[in-house]
Amino acid sequence: MKTTVRMKVNGVEHSHEVEPRLLLVHYLRDVLGLTGTHIGCDTSICGACTVLIDGQAVKSCTMFAVQADGAEVTTIEGLASNGKLHPVQEGFWECHGLQCGYCTPGMIIAAVQLLERNPNPTEDEVRHGLEGNLCRCTGYQHIVEAVQYAARKLGSGS
Amino acid sequence: MRLEGEATLEPLPIPHRLNCLEGTMAKYIGQRVKRTEDPRLIKGLAHYVDDIRLPDTLHVVFLRSIYAHARITKIDSDEATKAPGVVAVFTGRDIGDRIGPVPCASALEGLKVPDHRPLARDKVYFVGHPIAAVVATDPYLARDAVDLITVDYEELPAVVDAEEAAKSGSPVIHEQFGDNIAYRLTAGEGDIDAALASADRVIRQRIVNQRLAPVAMEPRGVLARYLPGEGELTIWSSTQIPHLLRTQLALMLGIPENKLRVIAPEVGGGFGSKLNVYGEEALLGWISMQLGKPVKWIETRRENLQATIHGRGQVGEIEIGCKNDGTVTGLRYNVIADLGAYLQLLTPAIPTLTGLMLSGSYKIPAIQINVTAVFTNKMATDAYRGAGRPEATYVVERAMDLVAAELGLDPVEVRRKNFPKPEEFPFKTATGLFYDSGNYEAALNKALEISDYAKLREEQRRARDQGRLIGIGVSSYVEICALGPSQAMPAGGWESATVRIEPTGKVTILTGASPHGQGQETSFAQIAADELGVDINDVTVIHGDTSIVQYGIGTFGSRATAVGGTAVLKAIEKLKEKINRIAAHLLGTDASLVAFSEGRFSIREAKRAAAAGEVTAAGPPEPKPNGKKSVSLKDVALAAHLAKDLPPDMEPGLSATYFFEPKNFTFPFGTHIVVVEIDRETGDVKFLRYVAVDDCGKVINPMLVEGQIQGGIAQSIGQALYEEVVYDEQGQLVTGSLMDYAVPRAHMIPRFELDRTETPTDVNPLGIKGVGEAGTIGATPAIVGAIIDALAPFGVHHLDMPIKPETIWRIVNRS
Repeated sequence: MKTTVRMKVNGVEHSHEVEPRLLLVHYLRDVLGLTGTHIGCDTSICGACTVLIDGQAVKSCTMFAVQADGAEVTTIEGLASNGKLHPVQEGFWECHGLQCGYCTPGMIIAAVQLLERNPNPTEDEVRHGLEGNLCRCTGYQHIVEAVQYAARKLGSGS
Repeated sequence: MRLEGEATLEPLPIPHRLNCLEGTMAKYIGQRVKRTEDPRLIKGLAHYVDDIRLPDTLHVVFLRSIYAHARITKIDSDEATKAPGVVAVFTGRDIGDRIGPVPCASALEGLKVPDHRPLARDKVYFVGHPIAAVVATDPYLARDAVDLITVDYEELPAVVDAEEAAKSGSPVIHEQFGDNIAYRLTAGEGDIDAALASADRVIRQRIVNQRLAPVAMEPRGVLARYLPGEGELTIWSSTQIPHLLRTQLALMLGIPENKLRVIAPEVGGGFGSKLNVYGEEALLGWISMQLGKPVKWIETRRENLQATIHGRGQVGEIEIGCKNDGTVTGLRYNVIADLGAYLQLLTPAIPTLTGLMLSGSYKIPAIQINVTAVFTNKMATDAYRGAGRPEATYVVERAMDLVAAELGLDPVEVRRKNFPKPEEFPFKTATGLFYDSGNYEAALNKALEISDYAKLREEQRRARDQGRLIGIGVSSYVEICALGPSQAMPAGGWESATVRIEPTGKVTILTGASPHGQGQETSFAQIAADELGVDINDVTVIHGDTSIVQYGIGTFGSRATAVGGTAVLKAIEKLKEKINRIAAHLLGTDASLVAFSEGRFSIREAKRAAAAGEVTAAGPPEPKPNGKKSVSLKDVALAAHLAKDLPPDMEPGLSATYFFEPKNFTFPFGTHIVVVEIDRETGDVKFLRYVAVDDCGKVINPMLVEGQIQGGIAQSIGQALYEEVVYDEQGQLVTGSLMDYAVPRAHMIPRFELDRTETPTDVNPLGIKGVGEAGTIGATPAIVGAIIDALAPFGVHHLDMPIKPETIWRIVNRS
């Protein structure tokens, strides 16, 4: 009783027969081989699996793959364009916004959406905006700085 | 505030630019060099264990105990074995003795060591204890089949509370031992009874360091592949200690160590939880050997909270004696350590580290620790960031606050009064340690200055008059790092490095350390790039693969840079001798006349050499007729490998290995000052200031140091305010998911104001002390102290962690 699921992931069309119970995160990782999206909990708390679905940041462990049928999905692998890092990725590198790197893909995706909604966030707004993503290494300060770096970069239009 | 409201793209303001190491070329060392490991991580292209894909991999899911303490009377796995996709089901009885016991490295006298096997046999001892392993073609199918196994349990009384476990009437967990006491230990020097008897005041306080879960964001995971033809077993594991793990797994599995390869790929954090040897690691290897196929197990978060080691878990009582002027005369700590059901690699050693660090940053003439370590029906405790030292720091710093409160003195002055002076170093403590170097008052003064402490106290008084609850907390910590001299370590305390210059001049470093987020791919490359005068992008640091890297110890105990970085430096020093000789040969001169500058070797001018008194009696040899004026490191490397024109009797190749054995630990220190305000209506704690002045000696990369400190403090905030592993009376794990175990989020953590003092150490030639655990060790008592200070008007002298809003609200609103 497999079901066909079609979605555009990082600009590429995919179509697969999958079990209805297959989680989106497992579809991305195990069927498409996009292992940049990580799994850090069983309860949709940690945010490591965050991806963009039709522009919305979603924890991909909360959705079945079939629920994303017809959607456009962006994962961490699809964020850089033409070999150029997204300003949020650049900010994380510049400001030492990561240590072990495990939460980083989800954190970066969440920050991308945060800046789309609020292009010039205060420190407090960044901290609350990233409430859905856990990091155990950084103490968050460099992550906040990374997001504000990206905000400045995006704001300057470069 | 940093960054706030700035709209330009100016480089980020650099708060504390670093001094370079003296005597190096220091283009990179001491600088805020961006991490070389980051590009793969921010692009999602790194490979953690679960990202490694091998064809025909089978998947393992475990059935784990739902009881804390029970006898297994029957396991029926027939239905599971027949379920779709299932290849095999293994139980503890199937395996018997074919996998050796899970090891404990501690050799304390009189220690009782229970037989600990990867899968339970007749009894289960904690919720999450693995009972059976289901192997299937797909993880979903393996998970389905787990539900088809039936286990008949005969429930036994669970021993959950550590203090109850120590009592003589308690049910006994491991019947063969007769009681639950794993060991008792008394340590310390000085006549503690006399010290307390001669004190003007003796203060007693019960102090709890609650159980915590390390919660590395990447749970554990193992992939094992046995190649029957070659007889080789490869194990990819999310571990901090690939080499030590290889040795232990070889012993457990009975296969030759040189046929076993352990790879720690990208590792998503450890904090001590992956400084261990777990039954699952051996079991996956064994299953792969049975089935001849790769097998993978990825821990779920629920399993991680149930069956990955916990930290802390000490319930104690302190007695501190002091004179009326605040001079401390003695400290006694009677502690019950909650070890859990089994001994993992370092479980019994953690309370002993607490004992060693009980002098804190103070001159305390008499110290005694009395440890009663007990088994309970819970997961084992072991090394979690700080590993025994946060417990000690918390005890000592709380004690200093209690002395201050008792005598009506400022907590800063009590600390200052008891510091050893800089000229007293190396300072011997009553716990038998020699602190290498320190200037505790300098760090304290700097923190006071940055926080404007005197003004803070005035503001606090004014705020209190207005009914606001503001508190100021101080902690002056010292920690033990760069673990350590081999004499004091269970399995060697040295670290290794091989530095190899390839024929094209690229530099390869193989380090025995196993970084998993700390950034040594960058900091080690900084050392090599400066020492060899090459571009940092020409240096690659390889770690974590026992078939590629010479034996090493691993990354824990704030040791990787202090010990492993020194090994890199020493290997380069060895290599430089050879480089110089080859360069001299190519230039047709004597090695003593070779000058190295900006990546090129040249003959020193005769005049300059003569002035330096370095010319041999014969004078500098004439350059060869076809000799060059200068050669590059690349020329030297190529010549070393082509080996057509080397000095007589020289070995070809360009590689050196060094095993660095430190002569002592290092003792970083610092002062943290915290200002909080309490919301009377909700009991919430709000951070107004967080000032941290840390001294970790010389620094290779200040950006990485800041990251370590900030992350460490965040984990301290977790312990002080939010985190606690909770088991109910039946031993059920209540905090079994991240919905219940409260890892702090971004908005729960304040902005930190960091600064440093820099007191070098002579324990290693880099002068660095280590910083991986400093934040976690120093911060907790400052935070708790601030809250208690805010609640002082209510007569509060002490509260146990985590200090929840409800506790505070009840205090504020009880009258």
